[in-house]
Amino acid sequence: MDTSQLLSATVLVGILTAGIRLASPYLFAAIGEMFGQRSGVLNLGVEGQMLMGAFTAFYVTLRTGNPWLGLLAAMAVGALMGLAMAVVSVTWRAVQGISGIGFYIVGMGLSELLFKTLLGEVKVINTGFNAVNIPLLSQIPVLGEIFFRQNVMTYLAFTLVPVAWFVLYKTPLGLKIRAVGENPHAADTLGVNVAHIRYLTVTMGGVFSAMAGAALSVANLNVFQENMTAGMGFIAVALVYFGGWRPFGVLFGALLFSMVMALQIFMQVYRVPVPSEFLIMMPYVLTMIVLVLTVGRVRAPAALTKPFVRE
Amino acid sequence: MKRFFARVLNARQLDNFLPIVAALAAFVIGAGMLLLMGTNPLTAYRAMFSGAFGNQNALAETIVKAVPLLLIGLGICISFRAKVMNIGAEGQMIVGGLISVAFGLAVDWPGWLALPLGLLIGFLGGAAWGAIPGILKAYFNVNEILSTVMMNAIAVQLMNYLLGGPLMDPQQAQALGKLPETARLNEAYHLARLLPPTRLHAGVLIALALSFVVYVLLFHTTLGYRIRAVGFNPFASRYGGIRVPQQVVIALLLSGAFAGLAGAIQIYGLNYRMITDGSPTGFTGGAGFNGIVTALFGGLHPLGAIPASFFFGALLVGANAMQRVTQVPSSFVTVLNGMVVIFVVSAAIWKELRERQRRMAFATETSRLAELASVSETPPQG
Repeated sequence: MDTSQLLSATVLVGILTAGIRLASPYLFAAIGEMFGQRSGVLNLGVEGQMLMGAFTAFYVTLRTGNPWLGLLAAMAVGALMGLAMAVVSVTWRAVQGISGIGFYIVGMGLSELLFKTLLGEVKVINTGFNAVNIPLLSQIPVLGEIFFRQNVMTYLAFTLVPVAWFVLYKTPLGLKIRAVGENPHAADTLGVNVAHIRYLTVTMGGVFSAMAGAALSVANLNVFQENMTAGMGFIAVALVYFGGWRPFGVLFGALLFSMVMALQIFMQVYRVPVPSEFLIMMPYVLTMIVLVLTVGRVRAPAALTKPFVRE
Repeated sequence: MKRFFARVLNARQLDNFLPIVAALAAFVIGAGMLLLMGTNPLTAYRAMFSGAFGNQNALAETIVKAVPLLLIGLGICISFRAKVMNIGAEGQMIVGGLISVAFGLAVDWPGWLALPLGLLIGFLGGAAWGAIPGILKAYFNVNEILSTVMMNAIAVQLMNYLLGGPLMDPQQAQALGKLPETARLNEAYHLARLLPPTRLHAGVLIALALSFVVYVLLFHTTLGYRIRAVGFNPFASRYGGIRVPQQVVIALLLSGAFAGLAGAIQIYGLNYRMITDGSPTGFTGGAGFNGIVTALFGGLHPLGAIPASFFFGALLVGANAMQRVTQVPSSFVTVLNGMVVIFVVSAAIWKELRERQRRMAFATETSRLAELASVSETPPQG
């Protein structure tokens, strides 16, 4: 195999297909985080929630052979972690940046502890979410292969984007979320319960982060390893900034990131004469560059990281 | 009795003990987890304690583990005081280590000159790695939490590349295993061992001395005043003539510098070569994150960071002993560390509520006095 093959049609389709699949964990986590931030809460514990979700989904799937049960269990664990974050950051008004780091460390340690005590070694499952061909659509040449032969979690992740857009901009709940994140005092005066909204978004954020972890461990990779997210949760937080706190902006960022990731993997496979470490660096460098170029053009929710106290 | 309790709960001094209460809470929950795992918490905690303090060697190892935590914690004190969330100590420590090990491999000067220069270069390397997100935050409005996390990932790949390639020990390059490590530095770069045969090295003296330097810097210099002012209220600071972006860069730069020095000292003090295991924390041992925990636990005070680093050093060393005795994985201590962070920041609510209460009590008191005064001032009728 040589470098020139990298530009052939089949390889390009392969890169795009992989890029779509790789975007799903980022989408779940970043959309969840976006709702939290839109209501004024920065949750930096995404990485820890993802790890716990990944482990729970994997373990339950391994024991029961049913990935749906694994996903449900992961969502429950994510809800619990999100709820804990809500108690700490909404009710106890703790500094959000730091309490999030605390939840990251807890999630990382706890998933590792559970992995070592319950599994003991790296195991592989073959009962995860397999690729599902969508009837008819998957027969479309090229596009069918790229978009419609993915696993269930990938379909779910991409469906989530328009749903999130609808909820945020077209429903009373979305209006309340945005109001609470922009001007909690005004929202409070109008009878919106700021704490309830924030509890809801942060708990839901935990659920989505856990689904992101499940997308890794029981759909894309079908394996669990210690610290397997390797910074993906933090990248998801970056994608929220990057996407200007809007669902389709987040989608664009996640796709850009995952496509570069997929390209990087294929470049390694095709032995492009660049050290693999530099290829792995690419998406991170790219994220930094795009953050520099885009941040500042979109304003963050005005009440982001500010606890609400009724005067 | 009720009044006695009210007075105890209102005592300002209590605030200083909140971290200890937070740590106790983490240990209590930890005990519950140990019970769930079928381990007697007393046995586990006792193993931890004797593993960390049981004999001369254990104590020395605890201090050895505390050194990078203290150094990084000092840097975190500076940046967090400026409300700059530096999550990038992992990367800054790696880059400091890389630069000082490269210097040591390349330069063959006598120890009195080479050793301090090597440490200084590690300090500067970390400063440079910290300055990048500092500049991005100050002048491009890029959130420093995100950029420092990205810089961590980049530093890890840089390390993997250099230790597996250009900086690799020539012997390893020919060996079958190809361990990612550099060649051993010559004697000139070995920090003195204070208590042989233990690994206690002179780095602890450097770290302690720097704690006092940072204390003076933060609380008794103009620079420290500016940094704290920016953290306290950036708008007022700007109004008062402080160049806020500049302070942000300085805070991140200094914070990175201390992490870089921690990397240099880790090499010159312990293994005399840079080693990793391929994982992101292979070189740092997670000190970048535990340094944050240390600084928070020490109340973001450079002198408070000294006992805090000792405490977390003991936890880390004790965790290994506990794993040997009870088979509970040492990641249990990672969970404890995380819970300590959560409880420490949550405990701040007590302080806040008490201050509100005091303010309100003061307000009612003054209004009552004003009322009394107005009554007495009213001229008698008729």
